[in-house]
Amino acid sequence: MTDIDKTAADTGSGDDPAREGLDARLLVERGSFRLDVALTAAPGDVVALLGPNGAGKTTALRALAGLTPLSGGRLRLDGAELDGTPPESRPVGVVFQDYLLFPHLSALDNVAFGPRCQGLGKAQARALAAEWLARMGLAEHAGAKPRRLSGGQAQRVALARALAIRPRLLLLDEPLAALDARTRLDIRSQLRRHLAEFEAVAVLVTHDPLDAMVLADRLVVIEGGRVVQEGSPTHIARHPRTDYIAQLVGLNLYRGRSDGHTVRLDAGPALTTTEPLTGEVFVAFPPSAVTLHRERPTGTSARNLWRCEVSGLETHGDQIRADLGGELALAADLTTVAAAELGLHPGAEVWATVKAAQTHAYPA
Amino acid sequence: MTSSYDTSGAAADTLKGGPRRRRVRTGVRGAPLPLLVPALAGLVFLLLPLVALLVRAPWSTMPEQLTSTEVWQALRLSLLCATAATAVSLVLGVPLAWLLARTDFPGRGLVRALVTLPLVLPPVVGGVALLMALGRNGVVGQWLDSWFGITLPFTTAGVVVAEAFVAMPFLVISVEGTLRAADPRYEEAATTLGASRFTAFRRVTLPLIAPGVAAGSVLAWARALGEFGATITFAGNFPGRTQTMPLAVYLALQNDPEAAIALSLVLLAVSIAVLAGLRDRWMTAAS
Amino acid sequence: MITRNVQRTRRTLQVAGAGVAALLALTACSSSDSDSSATSDSSSSASPKLSGTVTVFAAASLQESFTTLGKQFEKAHPGTKVTFNFGGSDTLAASITGGAPADVFAAASPKTMAIVTDKKDNATTPVTFVRNQLEIATLPGNPDKVSSLKDLTNKDLKVVLCDKTVPCGAAAQKALDASNLKLTPVSYEQDVKSALNKVELKEADAAVVYKTDVHAAGDKVEGVEFPESSEAINDYPIALLKDAPNAAAAKAFIALVQSAEGQKVLSDAGFLKP
Repeated sequence: MTDIDKTAADTGSGDDPAREGLDARLLVERGSFRLDVALTAAPGDVVALLGPNGAGKTTALRALAGLTPLSGGRLRLDGAELDGTPPESRPVGVVFQDYLLFPHLSALDNVAFGPRCQGLGKAQARALAAEWLARMGLAEHAGAKPRRLSGGQAQRVALARALAIRPRLLLLDEPLAALDARTRLDIRSQLRRHLAEFEAVAVLVTHDPLDAMVLADRLVVIEGGRVVQEGSPTHIARHPRTDYIAQLVGLNLYRGRSDGHTVRLDAGPALTTTEPLTGEVFVAFPPSAVTLHRERPTGTSARNLWRCEVSGLETHGDQIRADLGGELALAADLTTVAAAELGLHPGAEVWATVKAAQTHAYPA
Repeated sequence: MTSSYDTSGAAADTLKGGPRRRRVRTGVRGAPLPLLVPALAGLVFLLLPLVALLVRAPWSTMPEQLTSTEVWQALRLSLLCATAATAVSLVLGVPLAWLLARTDFPGRGLVRALVTLPLVLPPVVGGVALLMALGRNGVVGQWLDSWFGITLPFTTAGVVVAEAFVAMPFLVISVEGTLRAADPRYEEAATTLGASRFTAFRRVTLPLIAPGVAAGSVLAWARALGEFGATITFAGNFPGRTQTMPLAVYLALQNDPEAAIALSLVLLAVSIAVLAGLRDRWMTAAS
Repeated sequence: MITRNVQRTRRTLQVAGAGVAALLALTACSSSDSDSSATSDSSSSASPKLSGTVTVFAAASLQESFTTLGKQFEKAHPGTKVTFNFGGSDTLAASITGGAPADVFAAASPKTMAIVTDKKDNATTPVTFVRNQLEIATLPGNPDKVSSLKDLTNKDLKVVLCDKTVPCGAAAQKALDASNLKLTPVSYEQDVKSALNKVELKEADAAVVYKTDVHAAGDKVEGVEFPESSEAINDYPIALLKDAPNAAAAKAFIALVQSAEGQKVLSDAGFLKP
């Protein structure tokens, strides 16, 4: 796993057909929507497809499962071409967003369904299913119908059902979205454990950056049907390349032209950084790095000083997140006390400073 | 998912009722007048003819009316043929409903309209059409006759054919409505687990739509039981072979209206008993 | 309510029986039904000039000839209109005793006319205006060489009879009994047109129906007269009804039916003179 950003076009084309793992370029055209996503992963990898609603994540997942036909590209798993193979013949397991447990079958029979379809006898399939349920800590719920299961239990049954067919590719569609906040925390860590144990490729789709960062070794960010950034969670968290990602990871992000320590932002003002760079760059800094002042500060060392106007305020945990307009649009975090002292209200004029040391510039 | 049907399944829904619905029910007193008045008027409208039958029934001679073997012969034949016609409708109708609900092919709208044709066709015309198709000299019937020696008119099998022709659309429409309301992604989930589309249908979809299939079957059975026009036209009228209860009632009406009323009441009593019995069974099965 | 329903079913049955032509006729018939609004008012018809609508309830077997007579009547008496309700005599009788507004009832058997006279719903004593004789209808060309009622007992023949509850069935049974024959048909049809229709469609090899029906079917069936039919000749009575809304015109219509002119139309259709 490298930290180097890749774009869809130059992702490894998999010259070695016998290569283990997933090697895909998913092209799906539907009306005006066009999905073009390249995905590669080695066995044991957990890849998260992250993106806003309508970015094409679920389409990509359905294409991998064979539920949506490819308009082009390729799809190889462990060296075998899967495009053209019907979903029932693909070694692909899917955990659907709302699990889609068969309501008329018990948890046990839900899990045994796949092995039965693969030709196992009823007793054998059930024994195998019981094993999987036990592994998920659900042994005592084996006889329960899905509607008697809690959200977390249902999620684990769905995972057991998908894993019971011994897939070479496990797909998870928003695996935690249907859960309430408390269960989510719990299930997330369990899911992380199960994914870590899983020996083949796992691809999960989520719009929640936390789920993606916790569960995946690698993120693939999709916007408008295209991969906009790809890399390890840490790398992406530090080097966002689009506003969407910057927002997800909670950074102020600007693009500009750097000449030494000064970056002339596309948005207008200049910004001083510590890293000397030349050419097109991104500059990012967290909202907590911003300090607000009622009057123009005097004798401050901050060279990054802008006159701004408060356009919105919202509570963010125990902090206040202020959205600022004016010379530079940015988000600033400050304590409730500080916000009160500054008398912040929408429309108020403030001065914002950011220390150069707290900014981070990287080539665009 | 079993609680929602589209309009075509609405009739089935009414028949089915179901425990889920019961929870939101209020007392009749809470019903708004603009709904209550027409509702009661509708009920009276539907029940009045039945009440009239009961009022005019020849209660004193009833025992004699009902002891003739012809009555029980006709009743037995009616139940047998209606059940067989329902079975035929199930075997052919459920797959047809699936095709209409789950696949896309050119002219599907037209096919659906054609499927419902027997509903609007006067049953007698249906009977004539069946004669022309499956009769001894029919388009297909002549081959059935010369290749297999099968002639359908004037046989009990002919009664089943006529009843199935008229009753199957009820089943198809009811099942198609249920299928449309059912989430097709369950079938997708099944295919990702290695099930072929047929296995997915058999092991997942069919159990899911079972209440709709049951409701459709009951509608079809009830329609088949009361079927007259197509039956008498296609299969004729011969006691013990093709004379079902409605035929017996009709012919009795010609010269002995009292006997006709007695027969009608038997038919009514039996169908109400069967329908009520089935309804109870589903409700216990559903909870 | 029940009788009305039955009546409608009956009509539909006939439609199927007589095919498209009859369907057209029915359409015409029902549209004239709707035309026959409240124009008929018998109280004003004291003058010899006839007007208004005459409503005639007539046995199904009279359909062709009565329709012709109706047209003749309207031509002879401008301003009048004859509307018909053709059906099984028993059904019609039941409608009349149930209060259906009709001027004239022409039945296919004295027995069905008796239903009306028993309730004293008739204004004049029924008179027999024609008689109808049974005939065997066979497939065109009579391929099975049927020449007598006895030939029909051949087990290889598919024979349909009318149900015993309707006049043609009762008459056929009478003829069979008279000649000591036992005949098991494939079906007891609900009326004469249905029985004939089975032969027309070649589903049955033969049917015992009225001469007039064979006549009306043209060359789609072939009629075979049989001697036993003389044992079961049906009288057709006609009567003015008690609550006739247009009694004057109704009387004139009955007179037309009995006149030489009327009898010619009827005998052309295969009826026997009374």
